[in-house]
Amino acid sequence: MEKDILRLLSENGRITAAEIAERLDKSEDKIKNIIEKLESEGIIKGYKAIIGESDLPGNMVRAIIEVRIRPERDGGFNHIAERIGKFNEVVSLYLVSGGYDLQLEVQGDTLQDVAEFVSSKLATIDGVISTATHFLLKKYKESGLILHNEEEYERLKVTP
Amino acid sequence: MKDLKSPLRDKIATHILNLPKSGIRDFFELVNSMDDNVISLGIGEPDFVTPWNIREATIYSMEKGHTSYTSNLGTLSLRKEICRYLDNDYGLNFNPVNECIVTVGVSEALDLIIRALVNPGDEIIYHEPCYVSYAAEISMAGGIPVPVITREENDFALDPDDVEKAITPKTKAILLNFPCNPTGATLSVEQKEKIAEIAIKNDIVVITDEIYSELTYEDVTPSIATLPGMKERTVFLHGFSKAYAMTGFRIGYGCGPSELIDAMMNIHQYTMLCASIIAQEAAEEALKNGKKEMIMMRTEYHERRNVIVKGLNEAGLHCYKPKGSFYVFPRIADTGLSSNEFATRLLKEQNVAVVPGTAFGSCGEGFVRCAYAASMGDLHEAVKRIKKFIDSL
Repeated sequence: MEKDILRLLSENGRITAAEIAERLDKSEDKIKNIIEKLESEGIIKGYKAIIGESDLPGNMVRAIIEVRIRPERDGGFNHIAERIGKFNEVVSLYLVSGGYDLQLEVQGDTLQDVAEFVSSKLATIDGVISTATHFLLKKYKESGLILHNEEEYERLKVTP
Repeated sequence: MKDLKSPLRDKIATHILNLPKSGIRDFFELVNSMDDNVISLGIGEPDFVTPWNIREATIYSMEKGHTSYTSNLGTLSLRKEICRYLDNDYGLNFNPVNECIVTVGVSEALDLIIRALVNPGDEIIYHEPCYVSYAAEISMAGGIPVPVITREENDFALDPDDVEKAITPKTKAILLNFPCNPTGATLSVEQKEKIAEIAIKNDIVVITDEIYSELTYEDVTPSIATLPGMKERTVFLHGFSKAYAMTGFRIGYGCGPSELIDAMMNIHQYTMLCASIIAQEAAEEALKNGKKEMIMMRTEYHERRNVIVKGLNEAGLHCYKPKGSFYVFPRIADTGLSSNEFATRLLKEQNVAVVPGTAFGSCGEGFVRCAYAASMGDLHEAVKRIKKFIDSL
């Protein structure tokens, strides 16, 4: 049941315990308890809204940054990654396979802010070999959600 | 057809004139005359759009210029996929070369097998309440439709004893549809075994329309075609409309003994020729890469069922919890209204469309069909309005 609850919450973070209970045909109290447990165990880390890019507060600038790093003898990628992740500018951070190691999503008020962060903070970290910055121009889909409105098609109202 | 005044009426074949008018048709007109605020629980098709990978494969098929006829039976590659799927998921072994025919929707497959079997006066047993076309299909083929009533106290499952009583020397076949439209009923293994036993004992053919089989939420039981001695007398009908949200593609199929498939093919080749190649290629994609999305849709229907069954019961309508399809069939007799009055007044007073149970056979009186292939928001709102309506009575 934990799996079902996590699925429903990741589809809609605002679904209430009562609605989950109805869907899964279980009691509301039981669902509430499980959600609390998932939260306290840190399986659920938080809840956030998905916002279309033009509606970002203050029209913030976002960039995807590819970073190549030199792994450390003891810490591997983790030590540097954790250090980078502590910057508030970094919205998301992933270790990836392929031509580079870390993929960051960085957010700032202006283009200059992001550029400044990359040149003065990120690129200067010991172990960072190179960075490539891609400014985000338009979001089409995020967290499984298509962000533009598709024309609705009306079905017949009664069919056998 | 009764209001047709033209002299041409005399030209129309008597058995077509005598066909009963579909109860859904009237209701459809009424709903269409209403404004846009209607929430419809009257729609017997998925509210999901066909998964993108299937639509994309359809476009690709056209880009490649695949716009020709196909073999009468359907493309061999689709038949192979169908047979592989039935083997893996149903434990049914059919030879794609001569035991499988692709049709224009499962409706065509049903029409073919009935026409292939029926001599004038032959009886076909089917269960009511049922899909609107069964009795008409049998009549049009010159057969005699013999309804067996399924009852609420049995959760609308077909009682094998009732089947036995309906059998006469003229019985040619029995037509099953579980999970059932409109009741959502399913059959237990024991019920299937007993029906199989009756079919074997009386040497009758079983036609099993399993269009809703993927949409079974609890106690999945094997198809009657898998039971001992049944494969050789069962025609298994299925399609892509419900499980893959592909109603508009019109692809169904029939699998069974080669003699029967061949007889179906004889009619099909002269009437339909073949199903659309574009839709056949879409169906192939559905079988190859559609399972994940299909399971996602099933999970959603399952949860909607829980919500609507609870909601209707709380609103004051007794509603048993069906194990399959996307319909519930609540009892409305306790309101003192007939099915038709209930559906009409609910539509006019609260803007909610449900289908009167009588559209699915006269024994559907006292019930209405609610399809929960509608968004969760609509279901909640519909239940709220139904409660308001019942409280106002």
